[in-house]
Amino acid sequence: MAIATVPGAGIDVGSPAPAPVDARRARRNRRLKDNLTGYAFLIGAVVCFAFFSWYPMIRGVVMSFQRTRAGETTWVGWDNYERIINDPSFWTAWQNTLYFTVLALVAGYAVPFFLAVLLNEFRHAKGYLRILVYLPVMLPPASALFLFKYLAYDPSDAGLFNSILKGLGLPTSQWMQSTDMTMPAMVLASTWMNMGGAVLIYLAALQNIPGELYEAAELDGAGLWRRITNVTIPQTRLILSLMAMLQVVATMQLFIEPLILANGAGSEDSATSVVYLIYQHGFFQNDLNGAAALGVIMLVALIGFSAVYARLNAQQD
Amino acid sequence: MAQQSETRSLVSFAQLQRGRGKVIYWTLLTVVLILFTLVFIGPLYWMVTGALKSSPELAQTPPTLWPADPQPENYSEAWNRLDLAKLLFNTFYYAIGALVFQLVLDTAAAYALSKLRPKLGNLILGLMLATLMIPAMVLIIPQYVTVIDLPILNISLIDSPFSIWLPAVANAFNIFLLKRFFDSIPEDLMSAATMDGAGPMRTLWSIVLPISRPILGVVSIFAVTAVWKDFLWPKLVMPSPETRTISVGIYAFSGGTPQNVVVAAAVIAAIPTIVFFLIFQRSIMSGLTAGGLKE
Repeated sequence: MAIATVPGAGIDVGSPAPAPVDARRARRNRRLKDNLTGYAFLIGAVVCFAFFSWYPMIRGVVMSFQRTRAGETTWVGWDNYERIINDPSFWTAWQNTLYFTVLALVAGYAVPFFLAVLLNEFRHAKGYLRILVYLPVMLPPASALFLFKYLAYDPSDAGLFNSILKGLGLPTSQWMQSTDMTMPAMVLASTWMNMGGAVLIYLAALQNIPGELYEAAELDGAGLWRRITNVTIPQTRLILSLMAMLQVVATMQLFIEPLILANGAGSEDSATSVVYLIYQHGFFQNDLNGAAALGVIMLVALIGFSAVYARLNAQQD
Repeated sequence: MAQQSETRSLVSFAQLQRGRGKVIYWTLLTVVLILFTLVFIGPLYWMVTGALKSSPELAQTPPTLWPADPQPENYSEAWNRLDLAKLLFNTFYYAIGALVFQLVLDTAAAYALSKLRPKLGNLILGLMLATLMIPAMVLIIPQYVTVIDLPILNISLIDSPFSIWLPAVANAFNIFLLKRFFDSIPEDLMSAATMDGAGPMRTLWSIVLPISRPILGVVSIFAVTAVWKDFLWPKLVMPSPETRTISVGIYAFSGGTPQNVVVAAAVIAAIPTIVFFLIFQRSIMSGLTAGGLKE
């Protein structure tokens, strides 16, 4: 490029020697200008990331080793971590959260996949069924949870669920008032609210499976079940494993369900989740530093989980 | 013939048209249609009618399927008592603002990362995508502390709509979606515009944006619904009764308000999103799968 400009420039200006330098400088200026334009387009988003994402990440770790009292901030080493681990609800919160995650994984992972496989077979009313599954996802969670709290989980027989159970001749439940039912009831509400997205994502994946694979399997004499296990599942494995990970990370952040359905902790701490404990410490016990420490613990746990999960998945391939 | 061209799924189409297959297909379809309607519309029906019942009727056993003595005044009471007009306006205002900020700043950033590619662009992209690994709730405390006292500027954004709008811009997923779409715009088209003397701004405005309408629609829908559905963040940064969002307002009032009135408010809060969904359902559902999950 530089060489090509030399003759032209030489003839025009009549002094061949400085031309390449000029050209190079012009090019450098141009590149600088291009870079500056690029940064100008980036600056708004970068500032927002810096203030509200990157900086808080560092700040979270830093403040978990500090203590602010009456405007005075001091370094306190692992004190915050010790205090938060010794909170009587600490282990209960983890236990509850893990229990919720496992239950939600069973319900929120298997059910949407089954529904997607079923819906994918229908040649009628496709649009209607899709709109239906996704409808609850659009509700503000607070709205949906008040519906569950007041109208469905009413512990008397006036509630929707108890009257259905009674109508079917089944024993009724105390729902949120019973420590055993608290978690399953929260999983039920949460699955109803959130399942739609997963169903639609699975449906899209199912539609990408080439029809010939089923054709071939059928010619080989594979029945319905064999076709599911030998074609459908292997063909959607990538998305299935990705969704499982995303779901675990999402359900571990359980918060609004206990807050609204169980007024936070629930009876005998049966609903306390890790994020609810963060919220408690941060905003009711005036302990933002302890809350930040719990946030860091949770971050390490989730990243650890993701790393192990990704590794196991890679080994399988 | 048209049916033949459709790719087959688990069960072949021919099988579903003959004898036993046909019977099973139609029975299953009917059962699923009824069950889905009951499971997904049923609760909404229960909610709308539950809010019409009087308090004694709400506590009655067995519950009535249709309110014996409908009380539409529950809705007007919810509207007045919770000042729902104000709450709806606030939520709407935050959602639209977040949408505008995201559309302008995230589109510009994605365009820079995809087409202008300044030095360090990839590093910046990497740092942005890294935030996707951090679960939102984990950052809530340091984010709150940052918003109370913004570093360098030393101002507090509490009760200011910027505390919702600006963090919304830091959305790596949207930038990723936009960038990926921009990447698919052929380079020839871009260089043709440059040859015609169009600067980057003009190329973005008259070439890139018009082609990108579908993805801009998807990002807009995500932006609006995210603000409408959010709860903990607006609860923390918009604590005053005057600045609350609708979800937070209903929660705040739920303690001292009769159940039927709270449910009526919850119904009103849900109407805008439901209407929004029914209008944009096609784009919303296609947008969900645009998230790069298939490739």
